[in-house]
Amino acid sequence: MARLCEICHREKAVLKRPKTLQSICRPCFYQVFETEIHHTITKNRLFQPGDRVAIGASGGKDSTVLAYVLKTLNERYQYGLHLFLLSIDEGITGYRDDSLETVKRNQLQYDLPLKIVSYEELYAWTMDAIVREVGLKNNCTFCGVFRRQALDRGAMLLGATHIVTGHNADDIAETVLMNLLRGDVARLQRCTEIATPGEDGCVPRSKPFKYTYEKEIVMYAYFKKLDYFSTECIYSPNAYRGYARAFLKDLESIRPSSIIDIIHSGEAFQVRRGVKMPTQGFCSRCGYISSNPLCKACVLLEGLNRGLPKLGVSRAGLQQLDPQLGPAADPNSPPTTAAKEYPSSSDPSAAAAVRTGKSLDW
Amino acid sequence: MASPAPATPAPTPLKVNLEFSGGMELLFNNTKNYTIEIPATTSEHTPTLLRHLIFWIRDNLLKEKPELFISADTVRPGILVLINDTDWELEGELEYQIQNNDTVVFISTLHGG
Ligand SMILES: [Zn+2]
Ligand SMILES: [Zn+2]
Repeated sequence: MARLCEICHREKAVLKRPKTLQSICRPCFYQVFETEIHHTITKNRLFQPGDRVAIGASGGKDSTVLAYVLKTLNERYQYGLHLFLLSIDEGITGYRDDSLETVKRNQLQYDLPLKIVSYEELYAWTMDAIVREVGLKNNCTFCGVFRRQALDRGAMLLGATHIVTGHNADDIAETVLMNLLRGDVARLQRCTEIATPGEDGCVPRSKPFKYTYEKEIVMYAYFKKLDYFSTECIYSPNAYRGYARAFLKDLESIRPSSIIDIIHSGEAFQVRRGVKMPTQGFCSRCGYISSNPLCKACVLLEGLNRGLPKLGVSRAGLQQLDPQLGPAADPNSPPTTAAKEYPSSSDPSAAAAVRTGKSLDW
Repeated sequence: MASPAPATPAPTPLKVNLEFSGGMELLFNNTKNYTIEIPATTSEHTPTLLRHLIFWIRDNLLKEKPELFISADTVRPGILVLINDTDWELEGELEYQIQNNDTVVFISTLHGG
């Protein structure tokens, strides 16, 4: 009683698409999966011919499929892109070592140059050392903030003109929910954007999988037998995000379009005029883009180096760091203002959430 | 004592190949592949379905945290199931009747990307 594909009406259907509920065969699945991503890329003009594109590669499913698909599309449609793999070594023994081995295999399998930058070389701190200092409570804050900058710095070392990350539709829907639950209005507005322009100190970024369901990414990797690494970060408790994720998956199992619906809600979300939004400037110490006089990474580093690791992860900690910090350190600021640039008490991993989708995924 | 009634021959057990990946294997002793044998019929003499298989797995193979595998009497949302390389959503999900030599794959999508 094998069901036939609803697209070609010839082959046996092997997959029910969550987006359309169509039953389709393997060749048609590859075709629609790749073509939709191609359309996302062209419709949103994500790239220019000649772009040097760094693929944020963690060794996990999303970035592995992204590298494979981008390479395929670049050849098929002659985008004229120079593709690179860019990996961050956070310095987590037993976790990142293994996933970096996967990225090194991908480098050979896909014939793409690989650049690895480490927290140790950028910040003189590994995550192992940071955890020894701060314990397991706020470590994800450090990791998320450092990773975002590390990707930019690695991309600049590569001379990259663009960074792509493997965030998929489920990740973005989850981030919309998280920002809503935290009342983080500024991020709620930004988190659904498919691309962020390059500003001084920042390389333009985009998310070609913005409309791609996680289920299809995993099925694609499974059918194509792509080599990826999957385990939980040994330092990532991240309970709050875990609940949001489970909730989303429960919704999706009842009505798969929930994922896209939540993204649409995030996109349609408008901030009432008069709500104070953070203004972007530059870090006075490292020059990285920041809405405060010192960027978050520099605040965290300052805390680590002065033996005050709470600096920057709590409001009380922020105030120890003197007047330089300006309005963001004002404990009376309402939650929708710049003070929420990094949420303080409720969720230690919150700062990792903006760009990361999951704690260790770009 | 009456002589025992002639036993109805038990149906041959079914051989099933199981594969756990995407992080699922962490719940199963970090082992990705198992070949198991399960009865072809239930104690109520009905055919063994996927529903029975997942509870058999929970009771016989799972090492820890059953709630990460089964939730509300089905496979936890976020775990993909394939039966002989076909999405279980096309095969009747829990009502699928297990056949000898079937391969059932469980892939977690909940682990880091
Ligand atoms: Zn087809
Ligand atoms: Zn800085």
